[in-house]
Amino acid sequence: MSAPAVRQMTFGQATVEALTLAMRADDRVIVLGEDIGWGGNFGQFKGLLTEFGPRRVIDMPISEAIIMSVAVGAAATGMRPVASMSFVEFTMGAMDEIVNQAAKFRYMFGGQATVPLVLRASDGLLRSSAAQHSESLEALFAHIPGLKVVAPATAADAKGLLAAAIDDDNPVVYLENKRVGWSRGEVPEGEYRVPLGSARVSRTGHDVTIVCYSIMVTHALSAATTLARDGIEAEVIDLRTLVPLDMATVDASIEKTGHVVIAHEAWRFGGFGAELAAQVSETHFGRLAAPVARVGAKSSHIPFSPPLERAVAPQAEEIVDAVRSTIGYRGRLTSTSGA
Amino acid sequence: MSESTAGSRGATRDLIGLHRTMVRIRVFEERVQELFLARKLPGFVHVYLGEEAVAVGVCAALEPADYITSTHRGHGHSIAKGVDLDRLMSELFGKETGVCRGRGGSMHVADFGLGMLGANGIVGGGFGLAAGAGLTSSLRNTGQVAVCFFGDGGINKGTFHEALNFAAVMHLPVVFVCENNQFAQYTARELTTSVRDLSVRAASYGIPGETVDGNDIEAVRLSATVAVDRARRGDGPSLLVMETYRYGGHFVGDMEEYRDKAAVEERRQRDPIALVEDRLAGRGVAADDVAAAWEDARREVERAVEFAEASPYPDASTALDGLFAPEARR
Repeated sequence: MSAPAVRQMTFGQATVEALTLAMRADDRVIVLGEDIGWGGNFGQFKGLLTEFGPRRVIDMPISEAIIMSVAVGAAATGMRPVASMSFVEFTMGAMDEIVNQAAKFRYMFGGQATVPLVLRASDGLLRSSAAQHSESLEALFAHIPGLKVVAPATAADAKGLLAAAIDDDNPVVYLENKRVGWSRGEVPEGEYRVPLGSARVSRTGHDVTIVCYSIMVTHALSAATTLARDGIEAEVIDLRTLVPLDMATVDASIEKTGHVVIAHEAWRFGGFGAELAAQVSETHFGRLAAPVARVGAKSSHIPFSPPLERAVAPQAEEIVDAVRSTIGYRGRLTSTSGA
Repeated sequence: MSESTAGSRGATRDLIGLHRTMVRIRVFEERVQELFLARKLPGFVHVYLGEEAVAVGVCAALEPADYITSTHRGHGHSIAKGVDLDRLMSELFGKETGVCRGRGGSMHVADFGLGMLGANGIVGGGFGLAAGAGLTSSLRNTGQVAVCFFGDGGINKGTFHEALNFAAVMHLPVVFVCENNQFAQYTARELTTSVRDLSVRAASYGIPGETVDGNDIEAVRLSATVAVDRARRGDGPSLLVMETYRYGGHFVGDMEEYRDKAAVEERRQRDPIALVEDRLAGRGVAADDVAAAWEDARREVERAVEFAEASPYPDASTALDGLFAPEARR
């Protein structure tokens, strides 16, 4: 069987394709949220209103709590809503609905409720967007039982993971990093799904395992290119989904490398990397050649001024430094980032 | 027999049915109160004593397929929507045979098969849920109506305003029913709320708002019928404010230091069940028939307690079951 044809597309175009196919296949799929009709900040809804009309492509009031609770109520009564909030900081206005309703409905009602919904929001740094439009809050969602958390790093995954998220019968928080949102890549034609809970080895290597997701995959691959010039071969693992978490792929890599660097754009302190580091330590303690290293933002709000933003946010060079430090570990790890 | 006589006999027969449901709630809640104070029930319970006419009158205006969202004080709504007393009581005991298999308890009783989309421990939690259920009905043209029960505490949540606005703009088949029992948990309404007549808030959203004597079952049913019919026709949401009174504290065991006992006694003089019984007597219903409703309810509630007590607790090995729905297959 031949591989499906691929085309170069933007992340936004791949997203539209996933939504369009899902909405054509199932009239229970609806999109509701902030500024959907005009196409979205990354063109991720472009054309949906024209094809599906205002009953299925609903421009909502800027009332995050209502966007979310309407999605929960609609999902629990048979629809499959994709709810959208422009930026992840805005989801804080719907935290009650996300945590106390969406996440809990199935469990606290003894399994009788099904809440198939996707909450999408943009996260991450982009050109000095400052404190309220730059954060990465995936650890908050991953912490809550009952939520799945997806963080695509490529245009192909934008299509495949979103399709799988819409298919899923659970609430899925789907986080589109802004710089990933502006990226392009090869995207398969036709129906295409990437199962939630399947990490991808983005680059193979035998010296160190870099575990990352979202925009950090791009940074890790660039760090790996730099390191290769010095003969260090990094294996880059793109988790793709934080919940469910594919530790088997991570474990297999660590068994090979014995060195681990975890990288995310979110704050290091209490970040998702802390959970990963703990699990790695529990499983691989005797096999590790060096302590697990973490790269992430320093514990500060994201400043506006560009040099300050760079000072707080993790850079690709920090992954390089962390890898060198790990590989050269002789009883002392020099951490280059974090609080 | 004239048509009007037949009509009034029909109305009396209906009233007998409504009375029986109100009595079932009263007896159930009094028994729950006893069981809680006897430490038979885990957790905390919020009982619906004194407010029975609201749930029963509103649900009498609904079809079986219609939806309701409820509050932390949700036993009355459940019984009015037809939830089985055995499984409801069993849930309060935390037993496997409960409506939520013991995972939810008093504050989260639900029966999705009956359109009862859950009691909710978050004040005002139901506004958007009901609007979402109304959206489903509207998009799929099912003709179902969603009723959102909430209180005079919930009416000050931002989501009240957000939901009324959204439901109004989309003409959703939703009826927002405020049970004004005069207390937001422990705080009197007049300390927290900008208007005396809560139904005037409907005007902000261009929808009908009405204040109703929530202790008069027939008045409740009439106003609910008008609002439900309007919603079902596709003419959009309404706000009904049911003036009633909470006999007990916020939860069973509440010492109620924030209110005057004499005021409670005064309000008990307009008991919603006594009002129906006076009306039934006036329409020639025999005292024995009224008494039979109480006897039947007591028997039914005792059977529910026996069922709950005899039921097993969930097996600890199942504690993590049901967090996620199984993987979708397509």
